[in-house]
Amino acid sequence: MSGFGNAFSSSIGKKFIMGVTGLFLILFLIVHAGINSLIFLDDNGLKFNIGAHFMATNWIIRAGEYILFVGLLVHIFQALRLTIQNRKARPERYVVNNGNANSKWYSRSMGLLGTLLLIFLVIHLKDFWVVSRFTGIPTVDANGNEDLYAVMREKFQDPVRVVAYVLLMISLCYHLLHGFASAFQTMGWNHSKYNGIIKSVGVWYSIIISIIFALMPIAVYTGLIN
Amino acid sequence: MSTGNMNLTLKVWRQKNNKTKGALVDYQLSDISPDMSFLEMFDVLNEQLINKGEEPVVFDHDCREGICGMCSMFINGRPHGPKDLVTTCQLHMRSFKDGDTIVVEPWRAAAFPVVKDLTVDRSAFDRVIAAGGFISVNTGNAQDANNLPIPKMQADAAFEAAACIGCGACVATCKNASAMLFVSAKISQLALLPQGQPERYRRVQSMVAQMDAEGFGNCTNTGACEAECPKGISLENIARMNRDFASAKFISEETV
Repeated sequence: MSGFGNAFSSSIGKKFIMGVTGLFLILFLIVHAGINSLIFLDDNGLKFNIGAHFMATNWIIRAGEYILFVGLLVHIFQALRLTIQNRKARPERYVVNNGNANSKWYSRSMGLLGTLLLIFLVIHLKDFWVVSRFTGIPTVDANGNEDLYAVMREKFQDPVRVVAYVLLMISLCYHLLHGFASAFQTMGWNHSKYNGIIKSVGVWYSIIISIIFALMPIAVYTGLIN
Repeated sequence: MSTGNMNLTLKVWRQKNNKTKGALVDYQLSDISPDMSFLEMFDVLNEQLINKGEEPVVFDHDCREGICGMCSMFINGRPHGPKDLVTTCQLHMRSFKDGDTIVVEPWRAAAFPVVKDLTVDRSAFDRVIAAGGFISVNTGNAQDANNLPIPKMQADAAFEAAACIGCGACVATCKNASAMLFVSAKISQLALLPQGQPERYRRVQSMVAQMDAEGFGNCTNTGACEAECPKGISLENIARMNRDFASAKFISEETV
């Protein structure tokens, strides 16, 4: 490793790691939202359960799951390290600081938004991932696949959970709104011919992904799909 | 000297030195002319303080023409005050209203320790420059300017980066006290020109290492630095620095 020196421990190296893991998580969300959108087919979850079954049994996906967890943990720990360093870089805070005059509130609140998402993630993994991987899904559907859809329907009968999920998807949206374009900037992709595309794709991606996820608990709870 | 009609309440950060704690102190100023610069208004305040036998407020300033980078001051929560693309010395009292309360603080960053009141020690920037912000040239006659063809776009971008006056507003406003806009401007002005090429990848590594050693924070791309920079230095420079850093670490065979 001597040749790489402080490539990853330097300030820019740490940012690269945030950006790369962030983009990886962004790709993951597309897969996640895509498979989960099968519930909107409103076929009593049959297609969705096929998708879930594939995700749970395909070895490439399972291997990818480990990479995902590693990526997620690296993203979280790196963020924590950077935040601690950044706090140290300004030991005494301003009495008056007009941040809104020069930057977006969510770009300055990635740590807060990320912490909310981490709390969400713990709840979310306990709600679905632990059930499907460890404690077992109690029922099977008409195709004989484990009925994850039934688990989803049961969980989303709880209005508190539905509201919490929807609110946390708003924080996901803001986290992505900054994170998407920010990752490209960090990796040096700032180019007059691409900046507009990156910016608009980032905005649309953030909004669409968050709406798709937020619609799931809403649709199940209100009975738009059953 | 002041013949205007503005009455102001100033809340100025007073701090004896780096070891003691500071606090905001209130001052009343009357008959301030709207044509005065912000620093001239401070001159009036200091004259009053001296006449009363009190310690004047210590603040940095030099050319008062907006080009030297000495003046600082975090005014009402923004470096160099409410106007875009100006330094504190070029900020005029007409940008404020009669009866306003103005809070003035020093740049705040671990890498910029307070010397006294509103003056901070920005020599961390000098050390970053000394680490690699130069080119090595042979002595002798300067060559003809047109010996080295440089595309206009490239020359303009280098010039825009070179406009950085090193005032530190980027660090002051950044929520992380990151110096990346400054360092990237100093790297870019050389990386964009042929004379900067021989040391390009060595330079980016040395300067980034020095920046980190000085205790500046890490960039989170909020863009506050670009918005507050009195010289309009662009975030493109940070992206260029990041690209060069990646090239230096992962592509270049030279290690620093």
